[in-house]
Amino acid sequence: MSHSRVEGFVRPIVLVLLAFLVSSLIMVATHYSPILVFSSLISGAFGNLPNFGSTLVDFIPLAVIGAGLALCFQAGLFNIGAEGQFWMGAFAASIVAVRFAAMPIVLHIALTLLAGTLVGAVYALLPGLLKAYRGAHEVITTMMMSYAAIEFGHYLVESGPLSMPGAIPQGYPFVASASLQPVIATTQLSAAIFIGLGAIVAAAWLLYRTRLGLGIQILGKNPKAARVSGLSVPVLTVLGLVISGAFAGLAGGLQMVGVTHQLFDGFSDQFGFTAIVVALLARNNPWAVIPSGLLFAALDSGAQAMQMSAGIPVELSFVIQGLIVFFVAADRLLDVARRKNWLARLRGPRVPAPGVKEVG
Amino acid sequence: MPQLKVEHITKRFGSLVANDDITLDVPGGKVLAILGENGAGKSTLMKVIAGLLTPDAGQVLVDGQPIARGRPDVAIRAGIGMIHQHFMLIPRLSVWENIILGHEPRTRLGAVNHAAAVRTIRELSRRYGLEVDPEAPVSSLTVGERQRVEILKAFYRGAQVLILDEPTALLTPQETQELFLSIKHFAQDGFPVVFISHKLDEVLEVSDRVVVIRQGRVTGDMPTAEATPAQLAELMVGRAVVLRVERDEAVKGDVALELEDLEVAATRHRPQVGPISLSVRRGEILGIAGVDGNGQLELAEALVGLIPTHRGRIRLGGREIQRVPVRRRTALGLGYVPADRQVDGLVLDFPLWKNFILRDYAHPPYRRGAGIDRAAARSAARQAVDAFDIRPGSIDVLARQLSGGNQQKLVLAREILRGPEVLVVAQPTRGLDVGAVEFVHRRLLDLRREGAAILLISLELDEVLALSDAIAVLFRGRLSEPIPAAAATRDGIGLMMAGQGFPTGEAAGA
Repeated sequence: MSHSRVEGFVRPIVLVLLAFLVSSLIMVATHYSPILVFSSLISGAFGNLPNFGSTLVDFIPLAVIGAGLALCFQAGLFNIGAEGQFWMGAFAASIVAVRFAAMPIVLHIALTLLAGTLVGAVYALLPGLLKAYRGAHEVITTMMMSYAAIEFGHYLVESGPLSMPGAIPQGYPFVASASLQPVIATTQLSAAIFIGLGAIVAAAWLLYRTRLGLGIQILGKNPKAARVSGLSVPVLTVLGLVISGAFAGLAGGLQMVGVTHQLFDGFSDQFGFTAIVVALLARNNPWAVIPSGLLFAALDSGAQAMQMSAGIPVELSFVIQGLIVFFVAADRLLDVARRKNWLARLRGPRVPAPGVKEVG
Repeated sequence: MPQLKVEHITKRFGSLVANDDITLDVPGGKVLAILGENGAGKSTLMKVIAGLLTPDAGQVLVDGQPIARGRPDVAIRAGIGMIHQHFMLIPRLSVWENIILGHEPRTRLGAVNHAAAVRTIRELSRRYGLEVDPEAPVSSLTVGERQRVEILKAFYRGAQVLILDEPTALLTPQETQELFLSIKHFAQDGFPVVFISHKLDEVLEVSDRVVVIRQGRVTGDMPTAEATPAQLAELMVGRAVVLRVERDEAVKGDVALELEDLEVAATRHRPQVGPISLSVRRGEILGIAGVDGNGQLELAEALVGLIPTHRGRIRLGGREIQRVPVRRRTALGLGYVPADRQVDGLVLDFPLWKNFILRDYAHPPYRRGAGIDRAAARSAARQAVDAFDIRPGSIDVLARQLSGGNQQKLVLAREILRGPEVLVVAQPTRGLDVGAVEFVHRRLLDLRREGAAILLISLELDEVLALSDAIAVLFRGRLSEPIPAAAATRDGIGLMMAGQGFPTGEAAGA
């Protein structure tokens, strides 16, 4: 109801403020002025157009992956292998970008992104099938497959078919028809931002406006009721993982055509992992992924500027990020504790919640 | 003679006052019944007495001695023997091991003294008429026998006061009678006995004095001999209640639901059920009685399409549906009220209106484009809230925030307003208070009058007897021949619930 909806907005903000507060204490203890740190972070992330552009460049993969993960988490499925799906999407995209001759840019970009999306989806299909029909836990399978994808990527650019001869492990540069050019000078921000925002809208629409999304929510909130309402739990399980894989794959493709225009080792800044926290902080709401993704993107891109302009080590920004992760996790734990009545049990025997029938 | 006194107990949970200044006096040799609806505060009071909860005020005295509050160990040492509704036994251990657990008699060498334990248990068994084999594994015992083990355990630990929390919930009528005999036995031996129940007839039968609790407060306290059922019900609910809804003659039509040798295969989690054959006509209620765990859940879920059937046929209005998926069955006119509304029936974190369309949103009139027609769904939910008087009357309230009775009304509204040809209803009044029970029963009889066929699966024999036109008994996965309501008696059905008239031995399928 309205009460819990307000709480849904307020709690993430409180968590972030708590993280800011505790990190300020750490700054004070290490002789950095919190005011200086935060002001240089803010100006580094938003202070001028190029800085804001760089923030948005980081925002795209975080938010696109995060939106897909939000949907997946809503189904009660914990896909933590988005990093691998992101890498696989990037490989597929670079094959299409490099191996196909020049063609109209819209078509080439579309094909490239489609390849990334499909391969990301397929890479999540296997854990989905294993979970749905064999009961293999998706946390294990997606994580392991994520490492496999990353190692596969190293092989591809170091000695595999995608690697360009030379000392530096990297793929061939994309042809012009597969590259989106920057829209803000001196940044890497391209039209990919619009595609990314479109993807977030699509995730929100899928979750909140379609029967599939309703089914996903029912599955996540009560799998038994999902069966009674006639939903196929295995099919929804597969779909939940596949959809999040598709978003991660799309993000991989966007990173290729919009930012790097070339496959190389360090193209991912752990976006697939950070996106998990982006989705959790957004309480699995694709719309809320926008501010949540922007926050993490700003902490990343602002940190670089902060080190350059104010001489403050980037690690302080990681401290803030780490503390946000910590508080989000602690908050979730509190939720679970409340649901399972742990606190009440600590105080004494079980307390019947009002409105819940009392046995006896 | 031992005596239990409870003085001015008050217990709050946040703003909820679960017990408000409750005082009881149970002299030795008397049976005191505590009567109240679910949520009235009976269990809270018992937990306070047993030391499982610490009261905010008041004290408990045994033989005039106050006992430390919130200390279950002290309560046990003071002689309070609590028999919980749900048994706390270890099935893999034998009866004697369960009884002595934590209070093992030792031989001089420190080993567990098996002979002494069994001797003591046999003696207790004999003295209180609680017959049970000390060497038998608990897993092999019937529910009634397990309860005897619980009671023996209490006596073994030196109970002077016996408290039984809803002890008949899982028993057959015959087992209930045996329990009542034992209860009277303890009282004659001079023990105070507290009997907690929400069933009027049981309270009237077994107790010497009855205390009625409503919303945490004592609303009535009188010798049982002076109490009438109507008066007790009114004290319990707070208004006059019709205890038995009038049922008019059935106007039976064509066969609407037919099962032909339906079988559900056993898995690791469920026993084999069937073969079951039955038929229900339009305008008829077929009641399925039986003790919990004899295949009720499997029968209902196979009918609705939640678990696969192994063999046999299900016909809905002449059409075979055993391979038809859940949604299609619903669309064909098969309604389902599951036994556990919170687990199977509702998404507790969804608002009321979404729960109302939970089983129908994929079909018109709620289906629209790729999504749903919210306006249509909300207006239908609003009508349902009005028609079924679901409180607090908002369609945006979360299902979690509704009381049990209103949750059940919501599920019923969803399944009845769809206009089902056949309604499968499992345990429709579980955990509901007397007033809500009356409402649910009326609605089911209305639906029957409108010509629906209803299969009523219930553990409450009284409910089955009150509503059904014919009654069949489910025992170890097999169904008896249906008995017309006019020919059915409590005792007759009760004996069938315990297995009489069913093939014995392995053939019955354990």
